[in-house]
Amino acid sequence: MYTAKVMDHFSNPRNVGEILNADGVGMVGNAKCGDIMKMHLKIENDIVLDAKFKTFGCGAAVATSSAATEMVIGKTVEEAIKISNKAVMDALGGLPPEKVHCSCLAEEALHAALWDYAVKNGKYYEGLKSPEEHSEH
Amino acid sequence: MKQNIYFDNAATTAVRKEVFAAMKPFFEREFGNPSSVYEIARNAKRHIEDARLKVAKAIGAEPEEIYFTGSGTEADNWAIKGAADANKNRGRHIITSVIEHHAVLHTCEYLEKNGFDVTYLPVNEHGIIEPEELKKAMRPETIVVSLMFANNEIGTIQPIKELAEITKSGGAIFHTDAVQAVGHVEIDVKEMNIDMLALSGHKLGAPKGVGALYIKKGTKIEQFIHGGGQERRKRGGTENVAGIVGLAVAVELASVEIEDERKRLEFLRDKLIKGIEEKIPHIRVNGHREKRLPGNVNVSFEFIEGESLLLHLDMSGIFASSGSACTSGDLDPSHVLLAIGLPHEIAHGSLRLTVGRDNTESDVDKVLEVLPGIVQRLRDMSPLYNPEN
Repeated sequence: MYTAKVMDHFSNPRNVGEILNADGVGMVGNAKCGDIMKMHLKIENDIVLDAKFKTFGCGAAVATSSAATEMVIGKTVEEAIKISNKAVMDALGGLPPEKVHCSCLAEEALHAALWDYAVKNGKYYEGLKSPEEHSEH
Repeated sequence: MKQNIYFDNAATTAVRKEVFAAMKPFFEREFGNPSSVYEIARNAKRHIEDARLKVAKAIGAEPEEIYFTGSGTEADNWAIKGAADANKNRGRHIITSVIEHHAVLHTCEYLEKNGFDVTYLPVNEHGIIEPEELKKAMRPETIVVSLMFANNEIGTIQPIKELAEITKSGGAIFHTDAVQAVGHVEIDVKEMNIDMLALSGHKLGAPKGVGALYIKKGTKIEQFIHGGGQERRKRGGTENVAGIVGLAVAVELASVEIEDERKRLEFLRDKLIKGIEEKIPHIRVNGHREKRLPGNVNVSFEFIEGESLLLHLDMSGIFASSGSACTSGDLDPSHVLLAIGLPHEIAHGSLRLTVGRDNTESDVDKVLEVLPGIVQRLRDMSPLYNPEN
């Protein structure tokens, strides 16, 4: 049911862990639904230098978290905001229909971490919404 | 070469060699339609009647009380809808439990939409239906009580005799979904006062696509599948001769081996449970410790999610199942695990290993060798896990 890319990210997840003194931290999802993602970002001069994640969830949740961290490293904050759940899904060669919501969670975790960075640094970015506005999960 | 270990025997089983051999002639030279008159048809008919005798004997019924069906689910549907329909002039109240298989639960929900009133009995923390709860729920207009013999997820064996007696003294019909129990637990429908019992072939070494319903003589029930005159005009459709023959052989073998196999499975089951308890912290064994199917292990691992666990086990060649939402295609985890009071996040982290005929002690050792590392790996990447706790 999962593509080879999903299974690759699931069995060898990239960037697992936390960042000490991270510039942005976002945690989304809830244990009730069976998915929680926590994303840590290191940002300097508006560029994402590092990203780490921790995820409680299914294969798709782990794989999308891993892919999202890989995609965001090296991007400017503006570019990072544009990383959508569809882009994460495409990078993984697609997900089964019932798992699409997991890719939304990866986008939400990333945006929550970026929001945290923006709030802490008094910055405003076009198109960046607060995690509360994002809560379709 | 990677050696696969199959630990999902409650989902389905491989067809036993003896069963397959007994079935084979009915795909080839003995292919006749049992309703025809010539020799190969008569042979097929005779084998069906012989199969009926074997199945009846295994559960203490009379052969004319056994009706072959296309599955355990069909047998459950027929029993509940058929009895509800035939007895609705006496009342419209049905009792079942919250931990039933969907074959029973969804049938009851369907009846609710069609003018019946259904009470869903709760279970205690071990997954046992308390007989007192049934006593309280019985009403003069109760016509059918359907309570499972043993649970497919947590393996709990219910006090069926007691539940059936309460039902009978209240004047209702007692049905039990015994799909997980037949062949594993001693059943005597007469001694236990059971009116209807559903069983399925593929859970005990017969193929998929065949099951049976025991209906005690004198039980009022409507026909479910309308068609030809098969199964004494109660269940239309040309008989699945090979499947029926296979089912009977599997049931007969299981009855003969039941005691030895029970001891063997219980040993493997308990070794698995004990090993997991010793090697892995933050776990919970789900279900009742003793009143439990001989091959059922169900454990929740805190801080991790079941599907991830299954995928890692799969990569190690171990096939198992889980009650997590992600494995059911649902947002909620297993209704059975929630019913025994598990919080959602613990229910999501459940693992079911069901030991069967082909499993050996070395399979158990392999799981105990591999599982702790997988659980730790998933915990290390879980935001809910704090190693200092």
